[in-house]
Amino acid sequence: MSAPTDRRYLQTHEWHKLQGDIVTIGITQFAADELTDITFIDLPKVGAKIQANQRFGEIESVKATSDLYSGVSGTVTQVNDALQNEPGLINRDPYESGWMIKIQITNPAELNNLLSVEDYLKKVGH
Amino acid sequence: MTHAPEKLLFELSTPGARAVDLPESDVPTAELDPALCLFTESGLPEIGQLQLVRHYTHLSHRNFSVDDNFYPLGSCTMKYNPKVNEWAAALDGFANLHPMQPDADTQGALALLYHLRIFLAEIAGLDEVSLQPCAGAHGEWTALKVIRAYFRDHGQPNRRIVLAPDTAHGTNPASCAMCGTNVVTIKSRPDGLTDLDDLRAHLSDEVAAVMVTNPNTVGRFDAHIADMADLIHDAGAFLYLDGANMNAILGITRPGDFGADIMHYNTHKTFSTPHGCGGPGAGPIAMRKQLAPYLPVPQVIKTGDTYSLDYNRPKSIGRVRSFHGQFNVLVRAYAYIAACGAAGLRNVSETAILCANYLAQRIKHAYALPFGPPDGQPMAVAPCAHEFITVPQAILDRGVTIMDIAKSLIDRGYHPPTVHFPIHDCLMIEPTETESKAVLDGFADTMLQLAEQSQRDTAPFKAAPVNQPVRRLDEVAAARKPILTWTPGDKA
Repeated sequence: MSAPTDRRYLQTHEWHKLQGDIVTIGITQFAADELTDITFIDLPKVGAKIQANQRFGEIESVKATSDLYSGVSGTVTQVNDALQNEPGLINRDPYESGWMIKIQITNPAELNNLLSVEDYLKKVGH
Repeated sequence: MTHAPEKLLFELSTPGARAVDLPESDVPTAELDPALCLFTESGLPEIGQLQLVRHYTHLSHRNFSVDDNFYPLGSCTMKYNPKVNEWAAALDGFANLHPMQPDADTQGALALLYHLRIFLAEIAGLDEVSLQPCAGAHGEWTALKVIRAYFRDHGQPNRRIVLAPDTAHGTNPASCAMCGTNVVTIKSRPDGLTDLDDLRAHLSDEVAAVMVTNPNTVGRFDAHIADMADLIHDAGAFLYLDGANMNAILGITRPGDFGADIMHYNTHKTFSTPHGCGGPGAGPIAMRKQLAPYLPVPQVIKTGDTYSLDYNRPKSIGRVRSFHGQFNVLVRAYAYIAACGAAGLRNVSETAILCANYLAQRIKHAYALPFGPPDGQPMAVAPCAHEFITVPQAILDRGVTIMDIAKSLIDRGYHPPTVHFPIHDCLMIEPTETESKAVLDGFADTMLQLAEQSQRDTAPFKAAPVNQPVRRLDEVAAARKPILTWTPGDKA
């Protein structure tokens, strides 16, 4: 298994990609495969304040319901509305069109607390 | 059982058909205000009585219950409900009672409620019981309200956090949310038990309670529970016991003895009242003395030889249910406890544990137990409680999913175990105490046949179920695009 090297990860399977002062968050292919077909996703609204290591949403599949966590603090600037009608995007393309939220971050140093791709893959046993 | 598709009532509708003939009206006709009338067709089905009876009889034949066959649905304790319970609930003095009758007319019913209170307090090892909550989750919510009332009364309204392990039943965080408290999740260790260090790290003067299920949802009794209770009490919080798994500890240990301060019962699991039962159930709560002033009113009390309802409890959180709870469900719970007696209840739990360990032992070479003994070791090395979890990785690696196994069991006449709870890719199997060795062996043989089948050919798994009124349903489409109403032209 592999995962993109241009982002950092939480052990709870969320990826974080930094562009300028905006961090985009989604979940990994491993997590999407484990969940199987995703049927519903609950995301915050634009403008919502997010705290590092707190839950920001919820994802539901035919198998399970799981919380979504952010590794960084900040304000939500964009939400991927396409997921409401087509949550299967997360299964098919978790790293690109299956992204969830974009956050304007307040403390870039928080990213240093997240896992590198190598450490993440080691944590999930690959 | 017939497998012909059953048409919906709307499709069976014949214009002008009637199930009953109303008598001629013998009162004068009154004009309705046209503003209150709907002049379009109602679209309600029109059906004759016999056709209506047949429709529901056909549907009832498709029902699956413990009275049909083995139902090892983990976490749900699908034990057989003895028919004597139904005899008791149908007694005239109980079934035809009106809740507004004066206490003097209802002494028998009040006595039953009073003695059930005493039974449940004794089984819990706690001081006081409220019979009012009408479901396990309603009991959780009521108990959390009681805890909140206690802390408000003791000048600690800031205690708004409830800790719950990541293996908790979904109702725990839901009850907390309904009660206005914040839930924080505590991690489990790899062996499925609560991580005491993580618990310690989360305890503070803002924590109101810790909700624990013991034995927990992975089917293991947490022997550290008394240490956990000490930690929780030292932090000034209460230990809440989710009584979902009481079927494993009746008469063996008591929540109050291992440090729980308040708990709920699921009478449909532990005390053989109906699951679902076409209406509310009962979720009594038991608690220590210091929490008792806050429990719901009214409380059944005994003064001399007279039973009555006590409303004079100024610190009570008030009513959580009309009248006196779900009385006829409580009658069944009473009948069960009285029929078993103290020794019988202990026998219930010992047999439930024995059945689960026997079944686990018979299949574990093909169905791995992530929280069981090491490979090749007997169950006695690390016994389960009344249920166990398997993650049959070897079978999954052959491309057979948990859902494929579940659907294949349906074809063989069994209700599938719980799937994907409390961890991914698991089956949670709870045989209960009411099954014979022959039934357990039959189920074990079937499970082993499925494991063997997975080595030869996985195609039959993908086709299952084939012997049922419906084949494999598209659960993804049903979840993503549910169709909740029928309109003419739709296919049934």
